[in-house]
Amino acid sequence: MNTELQDKLPVIITLGNPNTGKSTLFNALTGMHQQVGNFPGVTVESLHGEATICDRPVTIIDLPGTYSLAAQSPDEMLAIEMLLGRIDEVGTPDVVVVVVDANNLRRNLFLASQILETPLPVVVALNMMDLAAVNGTTIDVQGLASALQCPVVPMCAARGEGLQELHQAIADTLDQPMAQRPVVDPTLRAAAVDLATALTTPGSPLSPIEVERALIDKGGFAEQRLLIRDPDLEPRLDALRDELGGGRSLATLEAQHRYGAINEIVNAVEVRASEQTRATDLIDRVLNHPVAGSLIFILTMAIVFQSVFAWAGPLMELIDGQSAMLGELINAKVQSPLMASFLSDGVVAGVGSVIIFLPQIIILFAFIILLEDTGYMSRAAFLMDRLMRWCGLSGQSFIPMLSSFACAVPGIMGTRVIPGARDRIATILAAPFMTCSARLPVYALLIAAFVPPHTYLGGWINLQGLILLTLYLLGMVAGVLTAYLLSRTFLRGPSSTFLLEMPPYRVPNPRSMAIKLYGRAKIFLRRAGTVIFSVAVVIWFLASFPRMEPNEHIAGSDDRIAAQLALENSYLGSASKSVAPLFAPLGWDWKVTAGVLASFPAREVVIAVLGTIYAIDADDQVSLIDRIKQSRRPDGTLVYTLPMALGLMVFYALCLQCVATIAVMRRETNTWRWPIFAWVYMTTLGYAGALLCYQLGTSLSTA
Amino acid sequence: MTQSLASLVAGQSGIVCGFTQDDGTTQRLMQLGIIEGETVDVVRRAPAGDPIEIRVLGYSLSLRGTEAEIVLVTRA
Repeated sequence: MNTELQDKLPVIITLGNPNTGKSTLFNALTGMHQQVGNFPGVTVESLHGEATICDRPVTIIDLPGTYSLAAQSPDEMLAIEMLLGRIDEVGTPDVVVVVVDANNLRRNLFLASQILETPLPVVVALNMMDLAAVNGTTIDVQGLASALQCPVVPMCAARGEGLQELHQAIADTLDQPMAQRPVVDPTLRAAAVDLATALTTPGSPLSPIEVERALIDKGGFAEQRLLIRDPDLEPRLDALRDELGGGRSLATLEAQHRYGAINEIVNAVEVRASEQTRATDLIDRVLNHPVAGSLIFILTMAIVFQSVFAWAGPLMELIDGQSAMLGELINAKVQSPLMASFLSDGVVAGVGSVIIFLPQIIILFAFIILLEDTGYMSRAAFLMDRLMRWCGLSGQSFIPMLSSFACAVPGIMGTRVIPGARDRIATILAAPFMTCSARLPVYALLIAAFVPPHTYLGGWINLQGLILLTLYLLGMVAGVLTAYLLSRTFLRGPSSTFLLEMPPYRVPNPRSMAIKLYGRAKIFLRRAGTVIFSVAVVIWFLASFPRMEPNEHIAGSDDRIAAQLALENSYLGSASKSVAPLFAPLGWDWKVTAGVLASFPAREVVIAVLGTIYAIDADDQVSLIDRIKQSRRPDGTLVYTLPMALGLMVFYALCLQCVATIAVMRRETNTWRWPIFAWVYMTTLGYAGALLCYQLGTSLSTA
Repeated sequence: MTQSLASLVAGQSGIVCGFTQDDGTTQRLMQLGIIEGETVDVVRRAPAGDPIEIRVLGYSLSLRGTEAEIVLVTRA
């Protein structure tokens, strides 16, 4: 996108409560032409898109759903900054489209009335009129428009109804912006204007809106910002609050005044059919039932989980096969051995190790979007909250934790739905313990090699499966315990609030779902993909250099032996040999150490590295199993014993061997503190677990 | 008689008459429509009795017992 051009385009922002169909409306306006906006210092994500409104190109920015402009959360602060024109890349918005759910007029008008008090041109999109008609609610749209003093467009974004009228209203407002509207509390506004004027200095403007928010939202972001400007302001703000509030908090007065004004408007323009039992209520009697609901929830999660693995399996094998074939093709066609190795083992393997995760990620995202868009997600959080809170998490932590069984990256990205910083950090730190799909190949290899295929209870229970289950449970228990301990130590503090709307169940809009899925897959590819790819190339370099001259090859040796020797002499090989003593108490020799070191940036590479170390084709699982089984130390003892293999698996279960996860942790927490903490903590835990397993197991088997 | 919203059982209703504290959480509750004079219906409780699902202003909201304790109601 051309930044200079974008600056000149009119900017339209969409704001509204959650569950108003705001993203569907945004998707209807912009289609696929959208991207995630990043502003310096802003962690909250907004979507940016381009659209043509009555032959006029415009930029549309979709802000996260909020219930209020009270600057208590980062989402709300971004909304305020955007409305005040404080985001340099955007400037002052030309039109604000407030999306209002026609079925929930009163609560939705709370935010709308706050936005209508800003000096910006506003258009109200009165969405989901179809559902209102079904519910027997009629709204006098003209009456509402004249009460709010702004255009009101009735519509149904999911079906595209009213879209043309919305375009027209936006275009008209761009031509003739109208923004002067009365405020709910003129005394407060007058005081805010006075204070803003008094505090404004040349070069740093101050808007009455942010002064008003600072006064109302004691302890909120707007007040903090004002106090940074002038630390001595607090007594003055408090005095003004007492004077204006007369013993009551300004927040209470704002809510009462605003809802008072809203009730007058709604009583005049809305006619609701007598409250009848809605389909949603009937469904909730089952889905939100303490017993039946919980069972259905567990079943749903089992289906999601099963599908992610079952449906993705064949696709992943296909991708794996294709990238192996491409690698062989390159090896055959490219003359220079170095170039061939770089292309096949570095680039193709790197790209392959990114897209191999895509099937699982896309299926997982599709389910999550389906659960979100139908409205089931808040029911899941409702049912799970008590249990998750006991673990130091929150009801909204469940889905991020579940996603982490496929990959921690989307899981950590998904923690944005958790409102409290405490619960969110605890979830982010617990997520990487969940057994992600990159750990599976390691488990599969070592279990097949060292765990005897005993079966019990007439074949119903098999020891190999039991060990795999134990490893899954180990990750879960370690994650939950981590969250539990953190919430009672470093993250101690009041639990965040859990105020969650349960929207009516809806049939999701396939187009909107597809656009969301595409967007999230794109973010995953950008966030994780670039990291995993670069890491694969770096590892290739460390495992291939310094390069051995061809004449150093032992005469008559085949390519595999040459590769083995090259690896042994590479940076990776030398590094492994020098740190191997550190891992000797775990029963590892330098070869195992090399595999583990190489998998610190991305654990899935261990199979390929072990394949090269033991000089076999990486795809040949059977011979790799045979080879590591026979691997011996210089003194002739076997390297891989059952305690050592179990310890190695415990190490992989507990260790944070994934640069992509570290990068996404850094991004989501906006500090290096948590990723560094997680890395040190998990590595220590992994080492301790492997040590315990090996030493205890060895002494038991020799005793 | 004034009691806390948390003490209502599923199926009962109350009219909001005040709050036990005046802070950010209370402000959130009020923004979501739990203000003096509004009727609040307790719809159901999650397993182990917490959180609570309520109906206010014609929509469904879930909140934890700790938050419901802030809200004072008279039985409707």
